[in-house]
Amino acid sequence: MNHERRGKEFYVLAAFFALFVLFLYGPLSAVLMLSFQGPDGGLTFPLNGVSLHWFYNLFEKQAVGDFGASFRRSFTLGLMVMVVNVIVALLAGLAFRHRFRGSTALFYMTVASLVVPSIIISLGIGVVFQQFGLKLAWYSSGFGAHLTWTLPFGVLIMFAVFNRFSPAYEEAARDLGATAWQTFRHVVLPMIAPSLIGVGLFGFTLSYDEFARTLMTSGTYNTLPLEIYGMTTNVTTPVLYALGTVTTLFSFTIILAALAVILVLRRRQARTS
Amino acid sequence: MATIASTEANETSGRARSRGLRSPLRAISYLQATPLLLILGFFFILPILTILVVSFWDYDFAGLYPDFLTMNYTDTLGSRVTWKTYLNTLKFTAMTWALTLVIGFWVAYFLAFHIRTTTMQMVLFLVCTVPFLTSNIIRMISWIPVLGRNGLVNSTLTELGIIPQPIEWLLYSDFAVVLALVHLNTLFMVTPIFNTLMRIDRALIEAARDCGASGWQVLWNVVLPLAKPGMAIGSIFVVTLVMADFSTVQVMSGGQSASVALMMKNQMSLLQYPAAAANAVVLLIVVLLMVAAILRVVDIRKEL
Repeated sequence: MNHERRGKEFYVLAAFFALFVLFLYGPLSAVLMLSFQGPDGGLTFPLNGVSLHWFYNLFEKQAVGDFGASFRRSFTLGLMVMVVNVIVALLAGLAFRHRFRGSTALFYMTVASLVVPSIIISLGIGVVFQQFGLKLAWYSSGFGAHLTWTLPFGVLIMFAVFNRFSPAYEEAARDLGATAWQTFRHVVLPMIAPSLIGVGLFGFTLSYDEFARTLMTSGTYNTLPLEIYGMTTNVTTPVLYALGTVTTLFSFTIILAALAVILVLRRRQARTS
Repeated sequence: MATIASTEANETSGRARSRGLRSPLRAISYLQATPLLLILGFFFILPILTILVVSFWDYDFAGLYPDFLTMNYTDTLGSRVTWKTYLNTLKFTAMTWALTLVIGFWVAYFLAFHIRTTTMQMVLFLVCTVPFLTSNIIRMISWIPVLGRNGLVNSTLTELGIIPQPIEWLLYSDFAVVLALVHLNTLFMVTPIFNTLMRIDRALIEAARDCGASGWQVLWNVVLPLAKPGMAIGSIFVVTLVMADFSTVQVMSGGQSASVALMMKNQMSLLQYPAAAANAVVLLIVVLLMVAAILRVVDIRKEL
């Protein structure tokens, strides 16, 4: 199939794919453009002049909730989730390399955590904290709620990685006299490092954008997505788009940085081997 | 000789797996699995059990009272509104599922079979992936300038003289809800299907061709059956996400349409936790039955 000349099917599908990409990015780019709306402009086209008015507006504290503080909370929470996600998923991935009693049950529990509706987990954690007299906060209950969403992704990725990981490398290292820790540190870890960065990226971005599970678990202070969610009902100026542009650019930066690191690691691996 | 060598190898690997300690092989596995177990135990299993318990409790505006009442269930299951809401949610789910499946399959098929270099495949795949790692709410909001009364679609169509006045049902309608749900969830179909398609042995397709199969026959009799596991995994994602959606329905219908999760959310904001819990249990059972039905098609553990 790959060696033939490109037929009609290719062009039809290529056009379909192009439409799909337009469908994905079109609306986002409309938001991007409209965030530069002039001070008198509204929520739709045409642009009424071009200005940074709404970006200034965004950073004035009283204008739209407390954007800075909610951003800091979401950022910190994202980092916390990222770190825990990488460590716990890596350990679980290592554990799942061997069958142990209850390994199937634990695996299905992890998948179930992904499948059970977010709002149910949100409600459940909210009620548990309330009944035990614990204080709901984004860094305790919210943190746990996010982990129930990000960990399954992490564990599934690690599971897939180790399914394809040949034990021959470790056996070779051992034959050369490496201790278990040395084998892990100098053989296994460098090989799975790109995947770990992927797990970290998933942990951060999923947490940074999550709100269904944060809804009942964030306590007094809102995370950024909750803040934006609140704004959709009562903010009717392009400041909403300015916020959209800023957070989207932030997400893009994080994704690109992670991809760059993965590429560099791959290159280095290719060079040494 | 060969057998001795292999037993020796097994012994060494067994010893090293337990990290040089003479402890039983599996102890280290338990230790490694413990953090996952603890986190999911406290933040997932315990909350679900609590919901189950609380759904039988009594409540008023002041608090919750331990009890064993079936009132919360009879109330919710006996109300017409609940049934209508479920029907509405199922409608959204069915439409989104069908659309994401068709779009997801063709996108994945194009990437897997028509893009010739791995680099290009990865680049195009990332192009599809990146928007899904950005905020869902922002992506919902981004439809406002496109679909609104004076949005891009309406102004273009009126200017071209195709329609005399703006179409009202583009935004804040069921159409907008389904459009946004497809927009938000298609990647969950593309990724697993792409993954299974990439693993199809190309020799199978060559063989089908050599036996005289036409392009459609190859697609229908070879590619499609082999893509089923990916489709099943994608379906699980899409179905569970859409069944539990409240934000898309709320934002994109402008509050005119309802979903089960939205109903729950309203009960929670009125602090009617036991009522919401009863609804949660019913929703959970429905979703799990749907997942079980899909899982009859595929064993996901084999597919990773």
